[in-house]
Amino acid sequence: MMTKYLCPWQDPFCGLFLRAQLKVCKGLCRQSLSRLALEKEPNLSSVPDRKLEKMDTFILYAVAGLCLLASFLKNRGKTSLALRKAYKAFEGILPQLLVVLMLVSVALAVLDTSTVSLVIGKDSGVFGVLIAALIGAITLIPGFVAFPAAAALLHNEAGTVQIAAFVSTLMMVGVVTLPLEMQYFGKRTALLRNGAAFLFSLVAAVFVGWVVGL
Amino acid sequence: MNTIVRRYGFVLAVAFLFAIFLATWPLYQHKATGMLLFQAETMLLVIPPIFILLGLLDVWVPREQMMRFMGSGSGAKGVLLAFLFGSFAAGPLYGAFPVAAVLMKKGASFTNILIFIGAWSTTKLPMLLFESAALGPRFALARLAIDIVGIALIAVAIKAAISPKEVDALYAKAAKML
Repeated sequence: MMTKYLCPWQDPFCGLFLRAQLKVCKGLCRQSLSRLALEKEPNLSSVPDRKLEKMDTFILYAVAGLCLLASFLKNRGKTSLALRKAYKAFEGILPQLLVVLMLVSVALAVLDTSTVSLVIGKDSGVFGVLIAALIGAITLIPGFVAFPAAAALLHNEAGTVQIAAFVSTLMMVGVVTLPLEMQYFGKRTALLRNGAAFLFSLVAAVFVGWVVGL
Repeated sequence: MNTIVRRYGFVLAVAFLFAIFLATWPLYQHKATGMLLFQAETMLLVIPPIFILLGLLDVWVPREQMMRFMGSGSGAKGVLLAFLFGSFAAGPLYGAFPVAAVLMKKGASFTNILIFIGAWSTTKLPMLLFESAALGPRFALARLAIDIVGIALIAVAIKAAISPKEVDALYAKAAKML
């Protein structure tokens, strides 16, 4: 007997059925993926909770508080001078701080984990490493947000070298904080430091990738 | 009044651009404002203790003592101290710059300042533990090892690239910061 159709899915009825199934499957997949993304993936630009950072900040405040108290008990005049100096130093860089604040917000609104994951897959090669390094250089994210996000990216098939480049420039290079750095170190030193740190991060990334792959 | 306008003119310009950004891409509005608040919170949280500490440092630590420990004649001891000082610090990198300014005012050598900045940026101890938990000890330790080399290399390179005259100018500027 000659079959009218070479494959069962060329049969209109069967085809319809299959197509409907496919649609349901796709829908389910998409749903579970988006739920996964919502629940599990820490996002660079999502506002994190501060639990992990608290310890750090607490110690900082404890040390500052104790020093201030000791200083106050020893010499009131000197302590008030110290506080006045602290305020002067703060007020001196307030404009730069405000600029940095706005630059960071824009950078992190545009560059989030999904942007990053688009460009730093395992097969993205040199280009992926460069892009990852650039994104790390531009953004300013506390480590307790960045590391889980980086781990999630690694889990989603991002390359180790790319992630290492991202983490490394994230810590060493600060494009958005340049206005602040220049205020203290001058244009030339600030640019040199960031440039050197960027180049070095690429080397470090290759090294880390090599060690992890051993 | 005039000086305030001059000092904050750039801030206003950036704020204006920021407003334009929000208005042009409503898609990013929520994320950008959320991030602005989050980063502002971080700054407000971290800045007061850091600035209080550097004010106290400036008032209480005599210049001679700092020069002995971290000055140009301090050798390996100064390098190690700068490295440890940076590694045990807390807070984002922008917190390191004002501290560096006080160290400069107190006579720490330029190389040590650069090492301090480098250590603050990458080898902070609490962060290292956290990185190790998230990305694996192999990843974290490999990065720590290569970063220690990198910090030294970058410090030496910048020291060589910046003329002593420029360094003097930076020190003079730092002394005026507080």
